[in-house]
Amino acid sequence: MPSILYREALNQALREEMRRDDRVFLMGEEVGYYQGAFKVSKGLLEEFGEKRVIDTPITELGFTGVGVGAAMMGLRPVIEMMTFNFAILAMDQIVNNAVKIQYMSGGQFRVPMVVRGPGGPSRQLAAQHSQSLESWFCHVAGLKVVAPSTPKDAKGLLKSSIRDGNPIIFIEGQELYSQKGEVPEEEYLIPIGQGEIKKEGSDVTLIAWSKMLHLAMDVARDLEQKGVSVEVIDPRTLKPLDVPLLVSSIKKTHRAVIVEEGWRFCGLGAEISSILYGQAFDAFDAPIERVTGIDVPMPYAKNLEKAAIPDKERVMAAIKKTLN
Amino acid sequence: MSPQEEKHLLSQMLLIRRFEEKAAEMYSLGKIGGFCHLYIGQEAVAVGAISALLPEDYVVSAYRDHGHCLAKGSDPKKVMAELFGRIDGLCKGKGGSMHFFDTATHFLGGYAIVGGHLPVATGVAFALKYQQKPQVVLCFFGEGAVNTGAFHESLNLASLWKLPVIYICENNRYGMGTPVERASSLYNISLRGSGYGLHLEQVDGMDVLQVRESVTRAVDRARNKQLPSFLEMRTYRYMGHSMSDPSHGHYRTKDEVEEQKKRDPIQQFFKKLSAEKVLDEQTFKKMDQKIQQEIEGVIAYADASPFPPLNTLTTDVTVEGTR
Repeated sequence: MPSILYREALNQALREEMRRDDRVFLMGEEVGYYQGAFKVSKGLLEEFGEKRVIDTPITELGFTGVGVGAAMMGLRPVIEMMTFNFAILAMDQIVNNAVKIQYMSGGQFRVPMVVRGPGGPSRQLAAQHSQSLESWFCHVAGLKVVAPSTPKDAKGLLKSSIRDGNPIIFIEGQELYSQKGEVPEEEYLIPIGQGEIKKEGSDVTLIAWSKMLHLAMDVARDLEQKGVSVEVIDPRTLKPLDVPLLVSSIKKTHRAVIVEEGWRFCGLGAEISSILYGQAFDAFDAPIERVTGIDVPMPYAKNLEKAAIPDKERVMAAIKKTLN
Repeated sequence: MSPQEEKHLLSQMLLIRRFEEKAAEMYSLGKIGGFCHLYIGQEAVAVGAISALLPEDYVVSAYRDHGHCLAKGSDPKKVMAELFGRIDGLCKGKGGSMHFFDTATHFLGGYAIVGGHLPVATGVAFALKYQQKPQVVLCFFGEGAVNTGAFHESLNLASLWKLPVIYICENNRYGMGTPVERASSLYNISLRGSGYGLHLEQVDGMDVLQVRESVTRAVDRARNKQLPSFLEMRTYRYMGHSMSDPSHGHYRTKDEVEEQKKRDPIQQFFKKLSAEKVLDEQTFKKMDQKIQQEIEGVIAYADASPFPPLNTLTTDVTVEGTR
């Protein structure tokens, strides 16, 4: 199996889906001639032309709304947010239009569109360009939220998202674009709503997604040397969440730690904790631990930034707490 | 225009008027809930504009959408049933007054965030061009929407990409209770679109024929040259912003409303047709009686329709599979 970069896997997904279905088009800032701020759309303009790879002015609300209207008319827009921080400007289109039109119209109209782009804190980009907003989207009834952590997952999930009949928020890890991983050469899809055990273990379940999955794997490998068996689960799709997979793991390990970069208050980890307590309360030998971002806007200073997001030591400490 | 067509325009305006009067009555009886924004006074805009379209063209509207939906050809029975929140409503009772949708008539929705539907209409036009279809889209909104970013982003994109969309601003002088002079840096709303190179027109929105002529020109540009237009229709609403405020409100005088009623689009048009001997007082009265009878049937239909079964609460949130 060839090993390719996360950004290349996404590029392959877009290319294959655009070849398969001429209703699919890519729209966003710098997706065409610049080939994408993070080079996800490299070569697509050359292959598909200006009709289907569309550079927009800096107008997130406007072009996201254009995507909504186009989707209602039977097209399959993929809307690129240069970063998900800018999706805040398009929140009205996503929350009030994309996700509600199907319901408000009594099922007469569908809005099959993907809003994708990088998310998550990244390298001293400071408060307005460095944050995890997945909990915001997960809160909205009807929105599906996908956050892949590996090249293989990124490709299979983006292809499924483009084919889905609903609006999908597809958050790529800004720090993951240069991650390498094996990706099958043949066509494959990964179903939306299906998590994956990234490492089997028996003492504690570590739940993490996107960039944090890699931190979790790092911690699990270290603890393995010390005789602690950590099971690492990547939900991959944050909504709908693969609850049966999580519950079966808890029934095996009896302990859980959730790692997320987003803010703690009303964070996704709180919801996952509540679900797991509700469905597997008797299985727990220790309270669930949550390792989260600190409830502050992201600072610029390198040392403060490091302190604001989960690190190895905090995850180790949380695991230790559940084991004692 | 043939006398037959002229009479049709008149009867459509009258249908919207009588429908809305009845809706007001039903609201006060508690049959209709939520917000209910009536269109009375503005009928010439919906009827004139939509009469310039082909049935397969598209319309997108805002929260004051009853008139547009009826003019586009939706069944008044289903429209009223939607207001009643019943299963036989246009949207199975899930949309209500502000969110009508009708695939059958290519009515692409009523949207209730001011300005938020302009990018959607722009996207519909984008899709029409992408699919190389000959249709056009009309997008209605009030003068309040021209101050939002969505308006400016949409006009820029439509003009930049040469999309077949006609933006129709219904300047009824008040954004809820705030007169346009206190909300917009220019009273001449049509000039608000002048930075984007679209075709601009300002029209007497109380004159159904002027509206129709202006929109016909814009439709021609959209259909044959794929160029967008921005039309300002000067009109007036007789009722309050919604059913929750009295007709004149505390932000305008009764005298002002009475003065504006002298321009009534239905009366004006009837007088014109009468002078041209297209129809007389007697025929007009008969037309009105027939419409009022029809509205009685509409009410009976809506009232007889059941409330949506509870198992529909969670349907149509997401769909299974692909499309």
